[in-house]
Amino acid sequence: MTQVLLENVSVQFLRYREPPQIALDHTNLSIEEGEFVCLLGPSGCGKSTLLNVLGGLFPSSTGKISVGGKSVSQPGPDRGMVFQNYSLYPWLTVRGNIEFGPRLNNWPAAKIATITDELIDIVGLKDYAGQYPKVLSGGMRQRVAIARALAMEPHVLLMDEPFGALDAQTRSRMQELLLDIWSRKRNTVIFVTHDIEEAVYLADRVLVMSTRPGRIIEDFKIELPRPRFAEVVASEEFTQYRRRMLHLLRH
Amino acid sequence: MTIAMSEAEKMQGSSERRPQNLVTQRIVTYLRPRALLSSGERLTISAFGVLLFFGVWFLVTEAGWIQPFFLPSPLSVTKRLFEMVASQGYLIDVWASVYRVFGGFIIAALAAIPTGVLIGNFPFFRSLLEPLLSTARYLPATAFVPLMIIWLGIDESQKIAVIFIGTFFPLALFIANISEGVSNDLLNSAYTLGASSRQVFFRVLLPACVPSIVDALRITAGIAWTYVIVAELVGADKGMGIAILQSQRFLLTDQVIAGIAAVGILGVITDLLFRLAHRKLFPYMY
Ligand SMILES: Nc1ncnc2c1ncn2[C@@H]1O[C@H](COP(=O)(O)OP(=O)(O)OP(=O)(O)O)[C@@H](O)[C@H]1O
Ligand SMILES: [Mg+2]
Repeated sequence: MTQVLLENVSVQFLRYREPPQIALDHTNLSIEEGEFVCLLGPSGCGKSTLLNVLGGLFPSSTGKISVGGKSVSQPGPDRGMVFQNYSLYPWLTVRGNIEFGPRLNNWPAAKIATITDELIDIVGLKDYAGQYPKVLSGGMRQRVAIARALAMEPHVLLMDEPFGALDAQTRSRMQELLLDIWSRKRNTVIFVTHDIEEAVYLADRVLVMSTRPGRIIEDFKIELPRPRFAEVVASEEFTQYRRRMLHLLRH
Repeated sequence: MTIAMSEAEKMQGSSERRPQNLVTQRIVTYLRPRALLSSGERLTISAFGVLLFFGVWFLVTEAGWIQPFFLPSPLSVTKRLFEMVASQGYLIDVWASVYRVFGGFIIAALAAIPTGVLIGNFPFFRSLLEPLLSTARYLPATAFVPLMIIWLGIDESQKIAVIFIGTFFPLALFIANISEGVSNDLLNSAYTLGASSRQVFFRVLLPACVPSIVDALRITAGIAWTYVIVAELVGADKGMGIAILQSQRFLLTDQVIAGIAAVGILGVITDLLFRLAHRKLFPYMY
């Protein structure tokens, strides 16, 4: 079933003394339920713009966007978002951050407790449940942010370079964790990155974008077997995908 | 001392340049922008500054280089202050001023917090209020004293009004600036978790800017203390400002300085209380 549908979507930004910047140019895209899609492209090609439009944080200039058959015009709990710079609420503990969404929406207390406990367990932060974000490392913060977005049980998880600020080791552990969570929850994931290896390692599909005007220029199906482990990076197929994407981004 | 220094030295990794002796080495460190100093060293330097100030004051007065009429020694000022408190009912003046300062300041804060937060986050209110507020900020509060006297007479309400005018405008714009600075990502993540406008306002925006607002109050409280003196110029029979003015009339220089010092002491106490409250209210920041 089609989960996310973009038809002819464009986004323009007005600029000072210049013609408007076309951040996204007449883009069509269809994503199946449960798919893990990576958006790959150079800086400034419109990846965040596409994600924010999907999240309903920003209106598109033209076209139609729908998620789960419903037209998107505003943010909503069916589309969870994880931002690059964590954006946790510093006045809430780890637990408070994760249960923030369910509490806002007045879910029954027992349900909130079950979901929060499960998520804290999944992201491995049992010992930190009562701590404030200030004492957490970057990787831990991002795990809380992911758990917070998942708490609302979104159909689609939108992630904008969530691991961009992490060191290589933490990053690779976070990627494994994300795949593990995804294999249990089976949400649709749209994951923005400019790291080719990250995209190939994670995704079912990698959409490569080009700059000026921002548009999707290639749609790779990644047919590496799952579950994937860090070793897959060394495989022949992986290298193939990598080479083709590198060529495309360099051309 | 030596241990602290060698630690600081290590942190700066400047071992390749071996300064000749301790003093040159310290001077070089003090002249480096953002040099790392141990907390003990910083405290020592602060104490040195304060002692130097009182030392010079003590020296020039006790040595008789300046006549006591122009500048009495710190000892006689301290003595005078104790006398004022003990036998001249100075605490009644202190209370009168504290009451005015906090009366005016609390009313200003109650008005400025909502005004500032609205201006900072709702373009409608920004367009509506900002031109007026930005202009009003440049009008000297002291110039309003005559107007306040015409409107309110010369009782307490006039004095509180002067403090209100003096603190409200800078505070409101300060808070507008603070609340505007709350990261968009915080608000956006709340929206994507299904929060309504109302919930985003009360559960994200307010908690996010309250710590900085308390800091803004702390900084602005100082302004209130400066205006209380002006406010008491007319029609006050009690108050720290009027006490200073009367001492001047009788040429009691030591009492003038004691009065000024008392304002300073109360200012420091106010500041400390705000810092303490900040720590207690927002433990997650420390
Ligand atoms: N709020 C805005 N106002 C004006 N122009 C914008 C705005 N946001 C983005 N743009 C422009 O739109 C284009 C795409 O920006 P976007 O942030 O989507 O890029 P990106 O692919 O996410 O880049 P990066 O990898 O650096 O995050 C850029 O050229 C940028 O200048
Ligand atoms: Mg981006």
